[in-house]
Amino acid sequence: MVLQSLKNCLWLSCVLRTPKACFWSTASGGLIIQSVSNDVYQNLAVEDWIHDHMDLEKQQILFLWRNSPAVVIGRHQNPWQECNLRLLRQKNIKLARRRSGGGTVYHDLGNINLTFFTTRKKYERMGNLKLIVKALKALRPQLDVHVTDRYDILLDRQYKISGTAAKLGRANAYHHCTLLCNADKFVLSSVLKSPYKGLKSNATPSVPASVRNLFEEDPSLTSEMLLDAIAKEYAVQHQIDHHVTLINPADETLLPGISNKTKELQTWEWVYGKTPKFSVSTCLKISYKDSVIDVKVNMDVKHGKIEVCNIDLPEQWLPPGLYNELVKSLTGSKFCPNEITTLVTTLLRVCPQDDELHSRWSLLCENMIRLM
Amino acid sequence: VCIHRVRSCSGIRFIKSKYVCVFDKSALKFSHQQRLFRTSPVSCGQIVQFKLSDIGEGITEVTVKEWYIKEGDSVSQFDSICEVQSDKASVTITSRYDGVIRKLHYSIDDIAFVGKPLVDIEIDASKGVAPEEDVVETPPMSHEEHTHQEIKGHKTLATPAVRRLAMENNIKLSEVVGTGKDNRILKEDILNYLAKQTGAILPPSPKAEIVPPLRKTEAVPAAPKDKARRIPVPVSRPIAFSGKDKTEPVTGFQKAMVKTMSAALKIPHFGYSDEIDLTQLVQLREELKPLAEIRGVKLSFMPFFIKAASLGLLQYPILNASLDENCQNVTYKASHNIGVAMDTEQGLIVPNVKNVQVCSVFDIAVELNRLQSLGSAGQLGTSDLTGGTFTLSNIGTIGGTYAKPVILPPEVAIGALGKIQVLPRFNGKGEVFKAQIMNVSWSADHRIIDGATMARFSNLWKSYLENPASMLLDLK
Repeated sequence: MVLQSLKNCLWLSCVLRTPKACFWSTASGGLIIQSVSNDVYQNLAVEDWIHDHMDLEKQQILFLWRNSPAVVIGRHQNPWQECNLRLLRQKNIKLARRRSGGGTVYHDLGNINLTFFTTRKKYERMGNLKLIVKALKALRPQLDVHVTDRYDILLDRQYKISGTAAKLGRANAYHHCTLLCNADKFVLSSVLKSPYKGLKSNATPSVPASVRNLFEEDPSLTSEMLLDAIAKEYAVQHQIDHHVTLINPADETLLPGISNKTKELQTWEWVYGKTPKFSVSTCLKISYKDSVIDVKVNMDVKHGKIEVCNIDLPEQWLPPGLYNELVKSLTGSKFCPNEITTLVTTLLRVCPQDDELHSRWSLLCENMIRLM
Repeated sequence: VCIHRVRSCSGIRFIKSKYVCVFDKSALKFSHQQRLFRTSPVSCGQIVQFKLSDIGEGITEVTVKEWYIKEGDSVSQFDSICEVQSDKASVTITSRYDGVIRKLHYSIDDIAFVGKPLVDIEIDASKGVAPEEDVVETPPMSHEEHTHQEIKGHKTLATPAVRRLAMENNIKLSEVVGTGKDNRILKEDILNYLAKQTGAILPPSPKAEIVPPLRKTEAVPAAPKDKARRIPVPVSRPIAFSGKDKTEPVTGFQKAMVKTMSAALKIPHFGYSDEIDLTQLVQLREELKPLAEIRGVKLSFMPFFIKAASLGLLQYPILNASLDENCQNVTYKASHNIGVAMDTEQGLIVPNVKNVQVCSVFDIAVELNRLQSLGSAGQLGTSDLTGGTFTLSNIGTIGGTYAKPVILPPEVAIGALGKIQVLPRFNGKGEVFKAQIMNVSWSADHRIIDGATMARFSNLWKSYLENPASMLLDLK
């Protein structure tokens, strides 16, 4: 594989469109780029940037990228339903929401991501997936891989090794997919299992599938080999040179406005706030002193904020004034453990200073926070 | 403008009287210069049914997932209207027209059909410029062709404001090179075109869109160059500021802070400030830092400040007390749970180090490290954030010298630490030396604490820090 740096592009004829047109325009009908970053937000921002700014009439683009551990949910999904947020926070695994539809996936360096950029007219997922299968078979002819009509790639007719999603805009479209080479299946299965009960929503649900790494089938395979094989096949099919250009998602000169896009993808408003309206309906079993009390909790969450909050406590377990204060404060707050923790502990400062009261309050709040 | 409309509108009732334009001779002359109007008639306030365009891959139905607009909103061409999903593909539907949304045909989670109306838009014809693209087309568009990609002819994209500017200057849009997204023609492009034609030098227009990042790295050398290039502008246009006020409700943590701070201000505060010579402490910390690092802990000044405060509280326990609501009883707290104010994304949070009275400076450093990493990850627990009895706020890490901190109920005292500055001071021999000076500002509840108590506590705290070896005498 010949890696060509930015400087070498200068000899290519330029069609002045963007500030760094020389990088982006090639004389041929295609361009293969690979990200030097493993940051999921930066890489998703590159996708956004190309989708928003590039004219893909004359050339199509293949973007190759890998991420350090992250869970990526689809545009219209509910992160509480899809993954174990507690575990993610503990293990410092990032959570990102992409702009394309589809289900939830786990990324780490053993997984490769491929994005096929075209104009909206030329959007065609089957062709792209067949290209990948062709590349895999050229690399290892004995591999039993095929594309299903759900746009998955299956290994040995039963194991999913690739999932697909797509985004269509006014003029452009992209189809991206994963490819499991050597991902950590143990972490994958534990983070993609949600512990949250009582959630009701119309968010797009993920369809769980048994997965397998290509590495398990053939230990001689590496992510680099797969990336190279796919780039080669793309080059052949688009009749372009087998050159992969490296791209730095932090380069504001090359990608003006990219840092804003990266920032937006990391905001709470985007990652959690874009969750379609959902409700939480559960019964907390709180053990206090020698007894266990049942507390029925019903909450409606819209835009990631608690719109309606109902807590059914045994009478007088908390003084009514305090109880009302709690419900009033929760209403309108983010459905976020950190936000609620700081909120309830701050409120405690203006409560009567009674140890019994404080421990009941803390106990109830801690149980509520576990729902988030 | 008006003539054309009157001609084509004959027989069509006006929906709004304001569209009836003034009919005079000047308008008659003007109309001959109009080259950008569509040949097909457009009636004022016409409601157009914007249909869901083809998604590709033979898809006939999608689910509406999010509306970006609501009924009554104004939209411009290319604004996003909604997000629909079909089989793992998320599609952004953008408006084809400028106008006002009059009806949404679907609610969230409804199934929408390709080719059927998605929204009704009332086309705002009063703006005087056709919202359609500058199209050379023969037959009127059939209903199925209400999609962007199927328009025949030369496509030039420009917003209504830009089109108006072109029209006012008699410019044909097809002759202008667009430098915006999708080759869109921007206001700058029109100005550049004009400049080339007339040879006039126009004032540089403020860059509203993508700000060149060169500003950051080349800020200094670029400035003199710009000044030299700037040519005095004959016409100065007043720059219209289009910023709008933004109102948001106060929710969540902010609401709780409002409550707490309102309660805090009911406490009669008094302040007491002093300056501390930390020269010896700075040296001591330098010596101890590598030892702490070997043990895997970052040692800042805070553990010393916190331990010294606890030693002081042993002598002046009233500062570690709490006054009940009715001011009937004072509770002297046994534990010194010293809170450390932290600045996070959410705002001010105050986790506390428990039982400092039985902790060594190193223990405090370990605990601080733990609280700081949890704090920045947004993972502090309820026990970390409750039970505080006394607070220190190291605002000096951000800046400042003297402050006026607000007591956090149910506590009765708080200290704000300014930044450490290197200042000249006189020593015992009357010589000037370099001193590391930090200011401290205390606030205390004057209902149960008097100035003398605060002053004596502060002096004791100060003496421990100015002569750290003296802490050894009183460490428990």
